[in-house]
Amino acid sequence: MTVLRRYPVLAALVIGALFMVLPFAVVAVNAVKSPAEYSAHGPLSLPRGLYLDGLKDFWQRVDFGQKLLNSVLISGSVAVGAAVLSVLNAYAIGIGRIRGRTWVLAFFVLANTLPQEALVYPVYYLSKQAGLYDTRLSVIIVFTVIQAAFGTYLLSSVLGRFPREIVEAARIDGANQWQVLWRIVVPVSRPTIGVLLVFFFIWTWNEFLLPLVMLISNDNQTVSVALGVLQGQRLMDATMTNAAALLGVLPAIVFFLLFQRTLTRGIAAGAVK
Amino acid sequence: MTVTVERGGRVARGHHGAATRPRRPRTSYALFLLPGFIAFLVVVVVPFLMNTGVSFTDWQGVGSPTWSGLANYRELMDDSEFWASFRHSLFMVVAMAVVPTALGLVLAAALFDFVAQHFGTRTAAVLRACFYLPQVLPIAVAGIVWSWILAPDNGSLNELLKAVGLGSWQQDWLGDPDLALYSVMGVMVWVQIGFPLVVFMAGLQRVDPQLYEAAELDGAGWWRRFWHITLPQIRPEISVVLLWCTIAALKVFGAVYVLTKGGPGGATDVPSYFSFTTFFEKTQVGYGAAISTVLTVIILALALIGLRFQTRAEDAEEGVRV
Repeated sequence: MTVLRRYPVLAALVIGALFMVLPFAVVAVNAVKSPAEYSAHGPLSLPRGLYLDGLKDFWQRVDFGQKLLNSVLISGSVAVGAAVLSVLNAYAIGIGRIRGRTWVLAFFVLANTLPQEALVYPVYYLSKQAGLYDTRLSVIIVFTVIQAAFGTYLLSSVLGRFPREIVEAARIDGANQWQVLWRIVVPVSRPTIGVLLVFFFIWTWNEFLLPLVMLISNDNQTVSVALGVLQGQRLMDATMTNAAALLGVLPAIVFFLLFQRTLTRGIAAGAVK
Repeated sequence: MTVTVERGGRVARGHHGAATRPRRPRTSYALFLLPGFIAFLVVVVVPFLMNTGVSFTDWQGVGSPTWSGLANYRELMDDSEFWASFRHSLFMVVAMAVVPTALGLVLAAALFDFVAQHFGTRTAAVLRACFYLPQVLPIAVAGIVWSWILAPDNGSLNELLKAVGLGSWQQDWLGDPDLALYSVMGVMVWVQIGFPLVVFMAGLQRVDPQLYEAAELDGAGWWRRFWHITLPQIRPEISVVLLWCTIAALKVFGAVYVLTKGGPGGATDVPSYFSFTTFFEKTQVGYGAAISTVLTVIILALALIGLRFQTRAEDAEEGVRV
Protein backbone atom coordinates (compact mmCIF):
# COMPACT_ATOMS: atom_id res chain seq x y z
CA MET A 1 0.00 0.00 0.00
CA THR A 2 1.31 3.42 -0.85
CA VAL A 3 2.54 5.85 1.73
CA LEU A 4 -0.10 8.30 0.53
CA ARG A 5 -2.86 5.97 1.60
CA ARG A 6 -1.19 4.84 4.79
CA TYR A 7 -1.11 8.09 6.67
CA PRO A 8 -4.75 9.15 6.36
CA VAL A 9 -5.79 5.89 8.04
CA LEU A 10 -3.30 6.39 10.86
CA ALA A 11 -4.40 10.01 11.18
CA ALA A 12 -8.05 8.96 11.46
CA LEU A 13 -7.18 6.43 14.15
CA VAL A 14 -5.08 8.95 16.06
CA ILE A 15 -7.91 11.50 15.93
CA GLY A 16 -10.26 8.83 17.22
CA ALA A 17 -7.88 7.98 20.04
CA LEU A 18 -7.48 11.65 20.91
CA PHE A 19 -11.23 12.01 21.06
CA MET A 20 -11.29 9.14 23.57
CA VAL A 21 -8.75 10.75 25.90
CA LEU A 22 -9.77 14.37 25.32
CA PRO A 23 -12.34 14.39 28.13
CA PHE A 24 -9.60 13.35 30.57
CA ALA A 25 -7.38 16.17 29.37
CA VAL A 26 -10.16 18.76 29.60
CA VAL A 27 -10.91 17.66 33.15
CA ALA A 28 -7.27 17.77 34.20
CA VAL A 29 -6.81 21.23 32.71
CA ASN A 30 -9.86 22.67 34.40
CA ALA A 31 -9.26 21.09 37.77
CA VAL A 32 -6.18 23.27 38.23
CA LYS A 33 -7.86 26.56 37.28
CA SER A 34 -9.10 29.02 39.86
CA PRO A 35 -12.83 29.79 39.79
CA ALA A 36 -12.03 33.35 38.69
CA GLU A 37 -9.95 32.12 35.80
CA TYR A 38 -12.60 29.60 34.86
CA SER A 39 -15.38 32.15 34.72
CA ALA A 40 -13.19 34.64 32.83
CA HIS A 41 -11.83 32.34 30.15
CA GLY A 42 -14.19 29.39 30.08
CA PRO A 43 -13.36 25.69 29.98
CA LEU A 44 -11.22 25.65 26.84
CA SER A 45 -8.38 27.97 27.81
CA LEU A 46 -5.14 26.58 29.14
CA PRO A 47 -4.53 27.22 32.85
CA ARG A 48 -2.36 30.27 33.61
CA GLY A 49 -1.03 28.79 36.81
CA LEU A 50 -1.41 25.80 39.03
CA TYR A 51 -4.35 26.34 41.36
CA LEU A 52 -4.63 23.40 43.71
CA ASP A 53 -6.99 24.86 46.30
CA GLY A 54 -10.01 23.52 44.41
CA LEU A 55 -8.68 20.00 44.71
CA LYS A 56 -7.72 20.53 48.33
CA ASP A 57 -11.13 22.00 49.23
CA PHE A 58 -12.92 19.18 47.53
CA TRP A 59 -10.74 16.57 49.21
CA GLN A 60 -11.52 18.00 52.64
CA ARG A 61 -15.18 18.67 51.98
CA VAL A 62 -15.99 15.11 51.01
CA ASP A 63 -13.30 13.54 53.20
CA PHE A 64 -11.91 11.92 50.09
CA GLY A 65 -9.20 10.05 51.98
CA GLN A 66 -11.88 8.14 53.86
CA LYS A 67 -13.69 7.34 50.60
CA LEU A 68 -10.48 6.05 49.06
CA LEU A 69 -9.85 3.93 52.12
CA ASN A 70 -13.37 2.50 51.95
CA SER A 71 -13.01 1.71 48.26
CA VAL A 72 -9.64 0.03 48.78
CA LEU A 73 -10.92 -1.92 51.77
CA ILE A 74 -14.08 -3.10 50.03
CA SER A 75 -12.51 -3.83 46.63
CA GLY A 76 -9.49 -5.54 48.19
CA SER A 77 -11.53 -7.77 50.48
CA VAL A 78 -13.89 -8.67 47.65
CA ALA A 79 -11.02 -9.49 45.29
CA VAL A 80 -9.42 -11.87 47.79
CA GLY A 81 -12.69 -13.38 49.03
CA ALA A 82 -14.10 -13.90 45.56
CA ALA A 83 -10.85 -15.43 44.32
CA VAL A 84 -10.86 -17.94 47.20
CA LEU A 85 -14.50 -18.80 46.60
CA SER A 86 -13.90 -19.14 42.85
CA VAL A 87 -10.95 -21.45 43.41
CA LEU A 88 -12.95 -23.71 45.73
CA ASN A 89 -15.89 -23.89 43.33
CA ALA A 90 -13.72 -24.39 40.28
CA TYR A 91 -11.71 -27.10 42.02
CA ALA A 92 -14.85 -29.14 42.55
CA ILE A 93 -16.13 -28.48 39.04
CA GLY A 94 -12.98 -28.45 36.93
CA ILE A 95 -10.81 -31.01 38.70
CA GLY A 96 -13.23 -32.91 40.93
CA ARG A 97 -15.60 -33.16 37.94
CA ILE A 98 -18.49 -33.60 40.33
CA ARG A 99 -21.76 -34.99 39.06
CA GLY A 100 -24.00 -32.50 37.36
CA ARG A 101 -21.15 -30.05 36.95
CA THR A 102 -22.59 -28.72 33.69
CA TRP A 103 -25.69 -27.68 35.57
CA VAL A 104 -23.70 -26.22 38.43
CA LEU A 105 -21.65 -24.24 35.95
CA ALA A 106 -24.75 -23.06 34.10
CA PHE A 107 -26.13 -21.92 37.45
CA PHE A 108 -23.04 -19.78 38.09
CA VAL A 109 -23.17 -18.30 34.62
CA LEU A 110 -26.81 -17.36 35.04
CA ALA A 111 -26.13 -15.95 38.51
CA ASN A 112 -23.45 -13.83 36.88
CA THR A 113 -25.86 -12.36 34.33
CA LEU A 114 -28.66 -11.76 36.81
CA PRO A 115 -29.41 -8.03 36.99
CA GLN A 116 -28.67 -6.56 40.41
CA GLU A 117 -32.05 -4.85 40.27
CA ALA A 118 -33.62 -8.24 40.94
CA LEU A 119 -31.56 -8.64 44.12
CA VAL A 120 -31.27 -5.14 45.43
CA TYR A 121 -34.45 -4.77 47.42
CA PRO A 122 -34.32 -8.13 49.21
CA VAL A 123 -30.61 -7.62 49.90
CA TYR A 124 -31.41 -4.20 51.33
CA TYR A 125 -34.27 -5.62 53.38
CA LEU A 126 -32.39 -8.68 54.63
CA SER A 127 -29.30 -6.69 55.56
CA LYS A 128 -31.50 -4.38 57.62
CA GLN A 129 -32.95 -7.41 59.39
CA ALA A 130 -29.47 -8.77 60.03
CA GLY A 131 -28.17 -5.43 61.29
CA LEU A 132 -25.70 -5.20 58.42
CA TYR A 133 -27.31 -2.30 56.58
CA ASP A 134 -24.95 0.61 55.91
CA THR A 135 -21.86 -1.42 56.73
CA ARG A 136 -18.94 -2.03 54.44
CA LEU A 137 -19.15 -5.69 55.41
CA SER A 138 -22.55 -6.08 53.74
CA VAL A 139 -21.20 -4.79 50.44
CA ILE A 140 -18.12 -6.99 50.76
CA ILE A 141 -20.25 -10.09 51.30
CA VAL A 142 -22.59 -9.37 48.40
CA PHE A 143 -19.86 -8.61 45.88
CA THR A 144 -17.66 -11.49 46.98
CA VAL A 145 -20.47 -13.79 45.91
CA ILE A 146 -21.43 -11.90 42.75
CA GLN A 147 -17.86 -11.66 41.47
CA ALA A 148 -17.20 -15.30 42.38
CA ALA A 149 -19.87 -16.29 39.85
CA PHE A 150 -17.69 -15.03 37.03
CA GLY A 151 -14.53 -16.37 38.64
CA THR A 152 -16.02 -19.84 38.97
CA TYR A 153 -17.01 -19.80 35.33
CA LEU A 154 -13.59 -18.71 34.10
CA LEU A 155 -11.50 -20.85 36.47
CA SER A 156 -13.59 -23.98 35.93
CA SER A 157 -12.79 -24.02 32.25
CA VAL A 158 -9.12 -23.34 32.97
CA LEU A 159 -8.94 -26.12 35.56
CA GLY A 160 -10.92 -28.42 33.26
CA ARG A 161 -7.81 -28.46 31.08
CA PHE A 162 -5.45 -28.91 34.05
CA PRO A 163 -3.08 -31.84 33.42
CA ARG A 164 -4.69 -34.78 35.21
CA GLU A 165 -1.38 -36.61 35.53
CA ILE A 166 -0.06 -34.02 37.98
CA VAL A 167 -3.10 -34.41 40.22
CA GLU A 168 -3.01 -38.20 39.99
CA ALA A 169 0.71 -38.31 40.75
CA ALA A 170 0.28 -36.14 43.84
CA ARG A 171 -2.59 -38.32 45.01
CA ILE A 172 -0.48 -41.45 44.63
CA ASP A 173 2.22 -39.74 46.67
CA GLY A 174 -0.35 -39.50 49.45
CA ALA A 175 -1.47 -35.87 49.16
CA ASN A 176 -5.06 -35.29 50.17
CA GLN A 177 -7.43 -33.04 48.29
CA TRP A 178 -6.54 -29.95 50.29
CA GLN A 179 -2.87 -30.45 49.71
CA VAL A 180 -3.41 -30.99 46.00
CA LEU A 181 -5.45 -27.78 45.87
CA TRP A 182 -3.10 -25.48 47.81
CA ARG A 183 0.26 -26.95 46.88
CA ILE A 184 -0.33 -27.83 43.23
CA VAL A 185 -3.47 -26.43 41.62
CA VAL A 186 -3.29 -22.92 43.09
CA PRO A 187 0.41 -22.33 42.39
CA VAL A 188 0.07 -23.60 38.83
CA SER A 189 -3.04 -21.47 38.19
CA ARG A 190 -1.48 -18.34 39.66
CA PRO A 191 -1.58 -16.31 36.42
CA THR A 192 -5.33 -16.83 36.01
CA ILE A 193 -5.97 -16.12 39.66
CA GLY A 194 -3.94 -12.94 39.28
CA VAL A 195 -6.14 -11.82 36.41
CA LEU A 196 -9.21 -12.53 38.51
CA LEU A 197 -7.87 -10.51 41.45
CA VAL A 198 -7.28 -7.50 39.22
CA PHE A 199 -10.69 -7.80 37.61
CA PHE A 200 -12.56 -8.25 40.87
CA PHE A 201 -10.78 -5.27 42.37
CA ILE A 202 -11.54 -2.91 39.53
CA TRP A 203 -15.09 -4.14 38.98
CA THR A 204 -15.91 -3.73 42.65
CA TRP A 205 -14.24 -0.31 42.69
CA ASN A 206 -16.55 0.75 39.84
CA GLU A 207 -19.78 -0.79 41.18
CA PHE A 208 -22.55 1.68 41.69
CA LEU A 209 -26.13 0.48 42.26
CA LEU A 210 -25.72 -1.82 45.26
CA PRO A 211 -23.19 0.37 47.11
CA LEU A 212 -25.45 3.36 46.44
CA VAL A 213 -28.34 1.58 48.13
CA MET A 214 -26.38 -0.07 50.90
CA LEU A 215 -23.95 2.65 51.99
CA ILE A 216 -25.75 5.78 53.04
CA SER A 217 -23.54 7.23 55.73
CA ASN A 218 -20.61 9.40 54.68
CA ASP A 219 -18.10 7.31 56.57
CA ASN A 220 -18.88 4.16 54.64
CA GLN A 221 -19.29 5.40 51.09
CA THR A 222 -16.98 4.41 48.27
CA VAL A 223 -15.43 6.86 45.81
CA SER A 224 -17.97 5.95 43.13
CA VAL A 225 -20.97 6.37 45.38
CA ALA A 226 -19.77 9.61 46.95
CA LEU A 227 -19.08 11.20 43.58
CA GLY A 228 -22.29 9.87 42.03
CA VAL A 229 -24.39 11.19 44.89
CA LEU A 230 -22.70 14.60 44.77
CA GLN A 231 -23.30 14.80 41.05
CA GLY A 232 -26.91 13.71 41.51
CA GLN A 233 -27.51 16.54 43.97
CA ARG A 234 -26.40 19.09 41.36
CA LEU A 235 -24.71 21.17 44.05
CA MET A 236 -21.23 21.37 42.61
CA ASP A 237 -19.84 24.38 40.80
CA ALA A 238 -17.54 23.97 37.83
CA THR A 239 -14.28 23.95 39.79
CA MET A 240 -15.60 21.45 42.27
CA THR A 241 -16.98 19.25 39.52
CA ASN A 242 -13.60 19.14 37.88
CA ALA A 243 -11.84 18.46 41.13
CA ALA A 244 -14.27 15.60 41.73
CA ALA A 245 -13.80 14.25 38.23
CA LEU A 246 -10.01 14.44 38.41
CA LEU A 247 -9.85 12.74 41.79
CA GLY A 248 -12.21 10.07 40.50
CA VAL A 249 -10.23 9.55 37.32
CA LEU A 250 -6.79 9.34 38.93
CA PRO A 251 -7.18 5.98 40.70
CA ALA A 252 -8.61 4.50 37.51
CA ILE A 253 -5.61 5.71 35.54
CA VAL A 254 -3.26 4.31 38.16
CA PHE A 255 -4.95 0.90 37.93
CA PHE A 256 -4.91 1.11 34.20
CA LEU A 257 -1.19 1.78 34.02
CA LEU A 258 -0.45 -0.87 36.62
CA PHE A 259 -2.60 -3.57 35.12
CA GLN A 260 -2.91 -2.71 31.45
CA ARG A 261 -1.45 -6.00 30.29
CA THR A 262 -3.45 -8.13 32.67
CA LEU A 263 -6.62 -6.27 31.81
CA THR A 264 -6.43 -6.46 28.06
CA ARG A 265 -5.29 -10.08 28.05
CA GLY A 266 -7.66 -11.19 30.74
CA ILE A 267 -10.68 -9.65 29.08
CA ALA A 268 -9.95 -11.52 25.93
CA ALA A 269 -9.56 -14.77 27.85
CA GLY A 270 -12.74 -14.16 29.82
CA ALA A 271 -14.83 -13.24 26.84
CA VAL A 272 -13.96 -16.13 24.63
CA LYS A 273 -13.87 -18.81 27.24
CA MET B 1 -23.40 -37.99 48.80
CA THR B 2 -20.00 -39.64 48.85
CA VAL B 3 -21.37 -42.58 46.94
CA THR B 4 -22.84 -40.57 44.12
CA VAL B 5 -19.76 -38.45 43.73
CA GLU B 6 -17.57 -41.53 43.80
CA ARG B 7 -19.64 -42.80 40.91
CA GLY B 8 -19.30 -39.44 39.19
CA GLY B 9 -15.56 -39.64 39.67
CA ARG B 10 -15.43 -42.97 37.98
CA VAL B 11 -17.52 -41.77 35.09
CA ALA B 12 -15.16 -38.87 34.64
CA ARG B 13 -12.18 -41.19 34.81
CA GLY B 14 -13.88 -43.39 32.27
CA HIS B 15 -13.62 -40.54 29.81
CA HIS B 16 -9.93 -40.58 30.24
CA GLY B 17 -9.78 -44.31 29.73
CA ALA B 18 -8.12 -45.12 33.05
CA ALA B 19 -10.90 -46.71 35.06
CA THR B 20 -9.19 -50.00 35.83
CA ARG B 21 -6.79 -49.03 38.58
CA PRO B 22 -8.30 -49.54 42.05
CA ARG B 23 -8.51 -46.36 44.11
CA ARG B 24 -8.28 -45.43 47.73
CA PRO B 25 -11.53 -44.21 49.26
CA ARG B 26 -11.66 -40.46 48.99
CA THR B 27 -13.64 -37.63 50.39
CA SER B 28 -16.07 -35.87 48.18
CA TYR B 29 -15.02 -33.03 45.93
CA ALA B 30 -18.54 -31.71 46.40
CA LEU B 31 -17.48 -30.51 49.86
CA PHE B 32 -15.42 -27.82 48.14
CA LEU B 33 -18.59 -26.51 46.60
CA LEU B 34 -20.26 -26.14 49.98
CA PRO B 35 -19.08 -22.62 50.92
CA GLY B 36 -19.92 -21.33 47.46
CA PHE B 37 -23.25 -23.08 47.53
CA ILE B 38 -24.25 -21.56 50.87
CA ALA B 39 -23.01 -18.12 49.89
CA PHE B 40 -24.97 -18.16 46.65
CA LEU B 41 -28.04 -19.38 48.42
CA VAL B 42 -27.95 -16.47 50.86
CA VAL B 43 -26.86 -13.67 48.55
CA VAL B 44 -28.35 -14.61 45.19
CA VAL B 45 -30.95 -17.38 45.30
CA VAL B 46 -32.97 -16.33 48.33
CA PRO B 47 -33.08 -12.61 47.42
CA PHE B 48 -33.97 -13.49 43.85
CA LEU B 49 -36.84 -15.75 44.93
CA MET B 50 -37.98 -13.12 47.42
CA ASN B 51 -37.98 -10.49 44.70
CA THR B 52 -39.98 -12.72 42.39
CA GLY B 53 -42.41 -13.52 45.18
CA VAL B 54 -42.84 -9.88 46.13
CA SER B 55 -43.68 -9.04 42.53
CA PHE B 56 -46.98 -10.86 43.05
CA THR B 57 -47.85 -8.77 46.07
CA ASP B 58 -48.72 -5.28 47.08
CA TRP B 59 -46.04 -4.12 49.48
CA GLN B 60 -44.71 -0.75 50.62
CA GLY B 61 -41.62 -2.21 52.29
CA VAL B 62 -43.12 -2.16 55.80
CA GLY B 63 -45.67 -4.48 57.34
CA SER B 64 -46.47 -7.68 55.55
CA PRO B 65 -47.04 -7.93 51.80
CA THR B 66 -50.57 -8.65 50.62
CA TRP B 67 -51.01 -11.13 47.79
CA SER B 68 -52.25 -9.47 44.64
CA GLY B 69 -51.60 -12.12 42.02
CA LEU B 70 -50.81 -10.74 38.62
CA ALA B 71 -52.10 -7.26 39.40
CA ASN B 72 -48.64 -5.67 39.18
CA TYR B 73 -47.96 -7.25 35.83
CA ARG B 74 -51.36 -6.20 34.50
CA GLU B 75 -50.61 -2.68 35.63
CA LEU B 76 -47.25 -2.81 33.88
CA MET B 77 -48.91 -3.64 30.58
CA ASP B 78 -50.82 -0.37 30.70
CA ASP B 79 -47.97 1.69 32.10
CA SER B 80 -46.57 3.94 29.38
CA GLU B 81 -43.55 4.71 31.59
CA PHE B 82 -42.70 1.01 31.63
CA TRP B 83 -42.92 0.67 27.86
CA ALA B 84 -40.92 3.84 27.37
CA SER B 85 -38.17 2.54 29.63
CA PHE B 86 -37.87 -0.65 27.59
CA ARG B 87 -37.96 1.32 24.35
CA HIS B 88 -35.03 3.33 25.67
CA SER B 89 -33.33 0.03 26.47
CA LEU B 90 -33.36 -0.76 22.76
CA PHE B 91 -31.60 2.53 22.12
CA MET B 92 -29.05 1.53 24.74
CA VAL B 93 -28.53 -1.81 22.97
CA VAL B 94 -27.73 0.15 19.81
CA ALA B 95 -25.34 2.44 21.70
CA MET B 96 -23.68 -0.22 23.84
CA ALA B 97 -23.74 -3.35 21.68
CA VAL B 98 -24.41 -2.68 18.00
CA VAL B 99 -22.36 0.46 17.42
CA PRO B 100 -19.37 -0.52 19.61
CA THR B 101 -19.23 -3.96 17.99
CA ALA B 102 -19.30 -2.52 14.48
CA LEU B 103 -16.80 0.23 15.26
CA GLY B 104 -14.70 -2.15 17.34
CA LEU B 105 -14.41 -4.58 14.43
CA VAL B 106 -13.20 -1.95 12.01
CA LEU B 107 -10.85 -0.42 14.59
CA ALA B 108 -9.48 -3.80 15.66
CA ALA B 109 -8.83 -4.88 12.10
CA ALA B 110 -7.27 -1.53 11.23
CA LEU B 111 -5.03 -1.58 14.30
CA PHE B 112 -4.12 -5.22 13.96
CA ASP B 113 -3.24 -5.72 10.34
CA PHE B 114 -2.61 -2.15 9.27
CA VAL B 115 -1.15 -0.01 12.03
CA ALA B 116 0.72 -2.86 13.69
CA GLN B 117 2.20 -3.89 10.35
CA HIS B 118 3.16 -0.51 9.01
CA PHE B 119 3.83 1.47 12.16
CA GLY B 120 4.80 -1.16 14.70
CA THR B 121 2.98 -3.02 17.44
CA ARG B 122 3.82 -0.34 20.01
CA THR B 123 1.84 2.27 18.11
CA ALA B 124 -1.07 -0.14 17.88
CA ALA B 125 -0.84 -0.91 21.61
CA VAL B 126 -0.83 2.77 22.56
CA LEU B 127 -3.85 3.49 20.37
CA ARG B 128 -5.64 0.48 21.79
CA ALA B 129 -4.91 1.71 25.31
CA CYS B 130 -6.48 5.09 24.48
CA PHE B 131 -9.67 3.46 23.27
CA TYR B 132 -9.77 1.15 26.26
CA LEU B 133 -9.19 3.76 28.95
CA PRO B 134 -12.86 4.71 29.55
CA GLN B 135 -13.60 1.07 30.36
CA VAL B 136 -11.69 1.22 33.65
CA LEU B 137 -13.35 4.46 34.71
CA PRO B 138 -16.13 4.19 37.30
CA ILE B 139 -19.36 5.02 35.50
CA ALA B 140 -20.15 7.61 38.16
CA VAL B 141 -16.94 9.45 37.29
CA ALA B 142 -17.55 9.16 33.54
CA GLY B 143 -20.98 10.64 34.22
CA ILE B 144 -19.51 13.61 36.08
CA VAL B 145 -17.01 14.26 33.32
CA TRP B 146 -19.60 14.14 30.57
CA SER B 147 -22.40 16.00 32.28
CA TRP B 148 -19.94 18.84 32.79
CA ILE B 149 -18.74 18.70 29.18
CA LEU B 150 -22.33 18.61 27.91
CA ALA B 151 -23.59 21.32 30.27
CA PRO B 152 -25.67 24.00 28.52
CA ASP B 153 -23.86 27.03 29.99
CA ASN B 154 -20.10 27.03 29.89
CA GLY B 155 -19.96 23.35 28.96
CA SER B 156 -16.90 22.44 26.91
CA LEU B 157 -18.83 21.14 23.95
CA ASN B 158 -20.94 24.28 23.59
CA GLU B 159 -17.88 26.46 24.13
CA LEU B 160 -16.04 24.52 21.49
CA LEU B 161 -18.89 24.94 19.02
CA LYS B 162 -18.92 28.67 19.70
CA ALA B 163 -15.15 28.88 19.29
CA VAL B 164 -15.24 27.30 15.85
CA GLY B 165 -18.12 29.47 14.70
CA LEU B 166 -20.91 26.93 15.05
CA GLY B 167 -22.58 28.78 17.90
CA SER B 168 -26.02 28.04 16.47
CA TRP B 169 -25.40 24.32 17.05
CA GLN B 170 -25.21 24.80 20.80
CA GLN B 171 -27.69 22.68 22.65
CA ASP B 172 -28.83 21.75 26.11
CA TRP B 173 -27.50 18.28 25.36
CA LEU B 174 -28.79 16.49 28.44
CA GLY B 175 -31.70 18.80 29.25
CA ASP B 176 -33.56 18.74 25.95
CA PRO B 177 -36.10 15.89 25.96
CA ASP B 178 -35.61 15.31 22.23
CA LEU B 179 -31.87 15.17 22.53
CA ALA B 180 -31.04 13.72 25.95
CA LEU B 181 -31.36 10.07 24.95
CA TYR B 182 -29.00 10.54 22.02
CA SER B 183 -26.49 12.36 24.22
CA VAL B 184 -26.55 9.50 26.71
CA MET B 185 -26.12 7.07 23.82
CA GLY B 186 -23.08 8.98 22.64
CA VAL B 187 -21.52 8.80 26.09
CA MET B 188 -22.22 5.06 26.25
CA VAL B 189 -20.50 4.45 22.92
CA TRP B 190 -17.48 6.25 24.34
CA VAL B 191 -17.63 4.14 27.50
CA GLN B 192 -18.15 0.83 25.76
CA ILE B 193 -16.00 0.84 22.62
CA GLY B 194 -12.82 -0.38 24.32
CA PHE B 195 -14.28 -3.73 25.30
CA PRO B 196 -15.09 -5.07 21.81
CA LEU B 197 -11.86 -3.60 20.48
CA VAL B 198 -9.69 -5.47 22.97
CA VAL B 199 -11.55 -8.76 22.55
CA PHE B 200 -11.43 -8.55 18.76
CA MET B 201 -7.74 -7.69 18.69
CA ALA B 202 -7.02 -10.73 20.83
CA GLY B 203 -9.22 -12.84 18.58
CA LEU B 204 -7.38 -11.69 15.49
CA GLN B 205 -4.18 -13.17 16.88
CA ARG B 206 -5.71 -16.61 16.38
CA VAL B 207 -6.24 -16.04 12.69
CA ASP B 208 -3.70 -17.76 10.49
CA PRO B 209 -1.65 -15.04 8.76
CA GLN B 210 -1.37 -17.30 5.72
CA LEU B 211 -5.04 -16.68 5.01
CA TYR B 212 -4.32 -12.99 4.61
CA GLU B 213 -1.20 -13.59 2.58
CA ALA B 214 -3.08 -15.88 0.22
CA ALA B 215 -5.90 -13.36 -0.14
CA GLU B 216 -3.44 -10.56 -0.73
CA LEU B 217 -1.74 -12.59 -3.45
CA ASP B 218 -5.12 -13.11 -5.04
CA GLY B 219 -5.43 -9.35 -5.16
CA ALA B 220 -8.06 -8.92 -2.44
CA GLY B 221 -8.13 -5.38 -1.04
CA TRP B 222 -8.35 -4.47 2.65
CA TRP B 223 -12.14 -4.36 2.78
CA ARG B 224 -12.52 -7.67 0.97
CA ARG B 225 -10.08 -9.32 3.35
CA PHE B 226 -11.92 -7.76 6.27
CA TRP B 227 -15.26 -9.06 5.01
CA HIS B 228 -14.20 -12.51 3.86
CA ILE B 229 -11.48 -13.44 6.34
CA THR B 230 -11.56 -11.29 9.47
CA LEU B 231 -15.31 -11.41 10.05
CA PRO B 232 -15.84 -15.16 9.59
CA GLN B 233 -12.69 -16.02 11.52
CA ILE B 234 -13.59 -14.14 14.67
CA ARG B 235 -17.31 -14.89 14.59
CA PRO B 236 -17.21 -16.55 18.05
CA GLU B 237 -15.81 -13.35 19.55
CA ILE B 238 -18.40 -11.24 17.74
CA SER B 239 -21.33 -13.24 19.06
CA VAL B 240 -19.99 -13.30 22.61
CA VAL B 241 -19.31 -9.56 22.58
CA LEU B 242 -22.73 -8.78 21.14
CA LEU B 243 -24.42 -10.89 23.78
CA TRP B 244 -22.43 -9.50 26.71
CA CYS B 245 -22.85 -5.94 25.57
CA THR B 246 -26.57 -6.40 25.00
CA ILE B 247 -26.97 -7.69 28.53
CA ALA B 248 -24.86 -4.81 29.86
CA ALA B 249 -27.04 -2.39 27.90
CA LEU B 250 -30.21 -3.81 29.42
CA LYS B 251 -28.72 -3.38 32.90
CA VAL B 252 -27.44 0.17 32.42
CA PHE B 253 -28.08 2.19 35.58
CA GLY B 254 -25.17 4.29 36.80
CA ALA B 255 -24.84 6.36 33.64
CA VAL B 256 -28.50 7.29 33.67
CA TYR B 257 -28.45 8.03 37.39
CA VAL B 258 -25.49 10.37 37.10
CA LEU B 259 -26.16 11.96 33.71
CA THR B 260 -29.90 12.59 33.65
CA LYS B 261 -31.68 10.80 36.52
CA GLY B 262 -33.97 9.40 33.84
CA GLY B 263 -35.02 12.87 32.80
CA PRO B 264 -35.93 15.27 31.39
CA GLY B 265 -39.50 14.11 31.83
CA GLY B 266 -38.60 10.42 31.64
CA ALA B 267 -36.89 10.87 28.27
CA THR B 268 -33.94 8.71 29.32
CA ASP B 269 -35.61 6.40 31.82
CA VAL B 270 -34.47 2.77 31.57
CA PRO B 271 -35.86 -0.34 33.33
CA SER B 272 -33.18 -0.55 35.99
CA TYR B 273 -33.53 3.12 36.89
CA PHE B 274 -37.30 2.82 36.76
CA SER B 275 -37.26 -0.10 39.18
CA PHE B 276 -34.76 1.72 41.42
CA THR B 277 -37.02 4.78 41.77
CA THR B 278 -40.08 2.58 42.22
CA PHE B 279 -38.32 0.66 45.00
CA PHE B 280 -36.66 3.46 46.89
CA GLU B 281 -38.41 6.72 46.03
CA LYS B 282 -42.02 5.65 45.50
CA THR B 283 -41.54 2.64 47.83
CA GLN B 284 -43.93 0.56 45.72
CA VAL B 285 -41.82 -2.50 46.34
CA GLY B 286 -44.21 -4.98 44.71
CA TYR B 287 -44.40 -2.95 41.53
CA GLY B 288 -40.63 -2.38 41.44
CA ALA B 289 -40.10 -6.12 41.89
CA ALA B 290 -42.38 -6.78 38.92
CA ILE B 291 -40.33 -4.41 36.74
CA SER B 292 -37.07 -6.04 37.74
CA THR B 293 -38.55 -9.51 37.26
CA VAL B 294 -39.51 -8.70 33.67
CA LEU B 295 -36.00 -7.36 33.09
CA THR B 296 -34.51 -10.50 34.64
CA VAL B 297 -36.60 -12.82 32.47
CA ILE B 298 -35.45 -11.02 29.33
CA ILE B 299 -31.80 -11.09 30.38
CA LEU B 300 -31.86 -14.73 31.46
CA ALA B 301 -33.52 -15.71 28.19
CA LEU B 302 -30.77 -13.94 26.27
CA ALA B 303 -28.09 -15.55 28.45
CA LEU B 304 -29.56 -19.02 27.93
CA ILE B 305 -29.65 -18.55 24.18
CA GLY B 306 -26.05 -17.37 24.29
CA LEU B 307 -25.01 -20.31 26.46
CA ARG B 308 -26.62 -22.81 24.09
CA PHE B 309 -25.01 -21.11 21.15
CA GLN B 310 -21.60 -21.09 22.76
CA THR B 311 -21.73 -24.73 23.86
CA ARG B 312 -22.80 -25.79 20.41
CA ALA B 313 -20.04 -23.75 18.80
CA GLU B 314 -17.47 -25.31 21.13
CA ASP B 315 -18.78 -28.81 20.49
CA ALA B 316 -18.65 -28.23 16.77
CA GLU B 317 -15.14 -26.88 17.04
CA GLU B 318 -13.53 -29.57 19.17
CA GLY B 319 -15.81 -32.51 18.86
CA VAL B 320 -17.94 -33.37 21.89
CA ARG B 321 -15.88 -32.37 24.89
CA VAL B 322 -16.62 -33.10 28.51
